[in-house]
Amino acid sequence: MTTGLPEQLEALAAAYEASGGHAASLFDGSSASLSVSGNAVIGSNEIPGVHIEGTALPNGVRAVITVDPGAVVARPVHLCFGVVPEEGVQEIVSEYRIGDGARAAFVAHCTFPNALRVRHVMNARMQIGKGAEMTYSETHFHGDRGGAEVLPALKVFLEEGGVLKNEFRLTRGTVGRLKAEYEAELGRDAVCEFYAKAYGKMDDRIVVRESIYLNGENARGLAKSRIVSSGRCQSEVIGEVVGNAPFSRGHIDCVEILKGAHARASAVPRLVVVDDRAKLTHEAAIGSVDKKQVETLMARGLSEDEAVDVVVRGMLR
Amino acid sequence: MLRLENVSLELGGKRILHDLNFETRPGEIHSILGANGTGKSTLASVILGLGGYRDIGGRILFHGEDITALGVSERAQRGITMAWQEPARFEGLSVGEYLAIGRRGTRGDAPDPAECLLKVGLAPAGYLARAVDGTLSGGERKRIELASLLTMAPKLAILDEPDSGIDALSIDCVVEVIRTFSRNGTTVLLITHHEEVAEIADRASSLCGGTVLKTGDPVAVARFFRNNCQECLHVNAPQLGGLE
Repeated sequence: MTTGLPEQLEALAAAYEASGGHAASLFDGSSASLSVSGNAVIGSNEIPGVHIEGTALPNGVRAVITVDPGAVVARPVHLCFGVVPEEGVQEIVSEYRIGDGARAAFVAHCTFPNALRVRHVMNARMQIGKGAEMTYSETHFHGDRGGAEVLPALKVFLEEGGVLKNEFRLTRGTVGRLKAEYEAELGRDAVCEFYAKAYGKMDDRIVVRESIYLNGENARGLAKSRIVSSGRCQSEVIGEVVGNAPFSRGHIDCVEILKGAHARASAVPRLVVVDDRAKLTHEAAIGSVDKKQVETLMARGLSEDEAVDVVVRGMLR
Repeated sequence: MLRLENVSLELGGKRILHDLNFETRPGEIHSILGANGTGKSTLASVILGLGGYRDIGGRILFHGEDITALGVSERAQRGITMAWQEPARFEGLSVGEYLAIGRRGTRGDAPDPAECLLKVGLAPAGYLARAVDGTLSGGERKRIELASLLTMAPKLAILDEPDSGIDALSIDCVVEVIRTFSRNGTTVLLITHHEEVAEIADRASSLCGGTVLKTGDPVAVARFFRNNCQECLHVNAPQLGGLE
């Protein structure tokens, strides 16, 4: 599929494949897509109902993606952000405008396969209209050298009945430095689910902050994180839900698994009830892999290492 | 086939199993009856070789081999496995994948996962892709645990209260699955509180105070259990004189 493409696009496509994406979907004319390498937009495709505007910044790109009101986008919008060289800085300023009643899914891959000193900053804003539904699934691949510094920050505004399911996944290769900050403000009957999954190794550092403000009546929020830390990795998950409106419901669900004696993990759940008719809950588990799960799999003939691997990989799916 | 010789176990300074002698025969269903706290689940953990249950007195033989020092994986590879009373749940692992794990060590002649699900009364189309997580009911999870053992075609299946926490109709299904194990040549060690389930066995043993009180015909052992053990005074305090 990449044959004959400019060298930069070909390298990014290869990196995209390495991160688990299917490069063909970036060039499939029936799907909307945007490909960014460094500070250059190297590929973009619009389809009816989906508009993509990309402009270069000194160290990155500003992207505005608009889905028309009422548009139901049949195939996922594919986004690819990458820095292929060993060093570089990439700043993505992105804005997603999902019109009232629209439905769209986004599949994003951020890939830094050779990172020795790569800094990737993402400042994203999502505006999800009344009754609109958006899913956003972002998968990262940072190579094996631990040289990436990734700082995604997302602010979401959900209007009445709007729905967002946002997933961040960094489970292959190393993490490097990750500080992910997600924040959502929900109107009446809106629903927001944040999922974060990461597998830290060596000297990786992982900080995930998920904040959900339930401002409208009946708003629903879930902040779910699954982090595995091995080697000397340190991870911290801060989950925050604020119940500002009557009958709003929020839940924080955090599991952090430590593998080895030198990894560290912490979890800080924060629940704030402003309206006494709101109900917020949290659950957190930090420690080694559940003994009963491991023993069950060992009783099926797996070794202890194989059993732990099955549990961890399942959790990070 | 399985033979426990003078097995004793202390946990936290308390003697849980006490000079226990026990033997199963190839392909038999052998029920273990006993009041709460008499050591039934501990016995299962000792036979399986779970961590914390390996530092025992006495020895365990399986097909003539001393397996006392072996861990859970090694015993499983020799054909010993267990269905837990409260089976573990696995986020992100599908039923199909879970069943395939048990089948991995077989010679390829074990029944396939779909067939095993049918045997426990679950439609494969509705379950193979589902996660083995909290979305399954307790009864569904227990059936999947039994299906997992069927895919493994073990030599010894320890079933720890497979009939607890499920509805009456499902008990008939569980009983049929137990018989399937036996028909396939698997020896079943069946831990249960239900006398009527225990009585499907070829033989039964009554456990009290961490030792075997009586072994024999399941109906007779169940009667013995009913008459002597339902209001047991010996739980965790063996004073067995006079019972026999």
